[in-house]
Amino acid sequence: MISIVVLILAFLGAFLVFLASVGILRMPDLFLRMSATAKAGTLGVGLMLFAAILHFQDFVITSRALAIIVFLFLTAPVAAHMIARAAYFDGTPLWAGTVRDDLKYHYQIATHTLDSQAHPAEETPAITVVEGDDFTEEG
Amino acid sequence: MIIDLGWNIIFGLLGLAFILTVFRLIHGPRLPDRVVSLDLITAEIIAVISVAAIRANQPAFLDVAIILALISFLGTVAFAYYIEQRV
Repeated sequence: MISIVVLILAFLGAFLVFLASVGILRMPDLFLRMSATAKAGTLGVGLMLFAAILHFQDFVITSRALAIIVFLFLTAPVAAHMIARAAYFDGTPLWAGTVRDDLKYHYQIATHTLDSQAHPAEETPAITVVEGDDFTEEG
Repeated sequence: MIIDLGWNIIFGLLGLAFILTVFRLIHGPRLPDRVVSLDLITAEIIAVISVAAIRANQPAFLDVAIILALISFLGTVAFAYYIEQRV
């Protein structure tokens, strides 16, 4: 009976990880891709570790797997935020159907800080958006 | 019998996820895309490790998952730092 529950939890986790990989393949934009992987991937791995907890039912293994789950749920948003911030400074192009860019003219490119008040375009140098592959320019 | 089939389907789904993510790692137009796909590949490896620990009835495999989660976070933060310093 418990093996059926473990199988269902692990199947849900594998399906969510598969959805995350479909998202990273099909989404049109880096930031949309990250929103697919950071949420679906983390929840899928958490469900699989929870299936491992239910399968072993041992105190030591439960605490170990819970430590992995807590660590993943703490670090995945931090890592996703740092990568998105670096990519925005790097000039990653947004999707053509993007409605609004709330960060435009807010990031100071000289000091790498976020300003709460928007500056007009002539005061701050805008972040240059570079299209295409970044391995082609430097070789 | 039906449970074995279910675990085989799980391994197949994870393998398909690997293939799609590696395609983005090779094809992805910019460096942050590749970093994100490497991060997802590490999460998929942790998922495979936990499935293998259940199937082999061997809880020692979960230690590898702890180390992999730590290394993945440090690697992503280091990549983000150097991408931001490049500008």
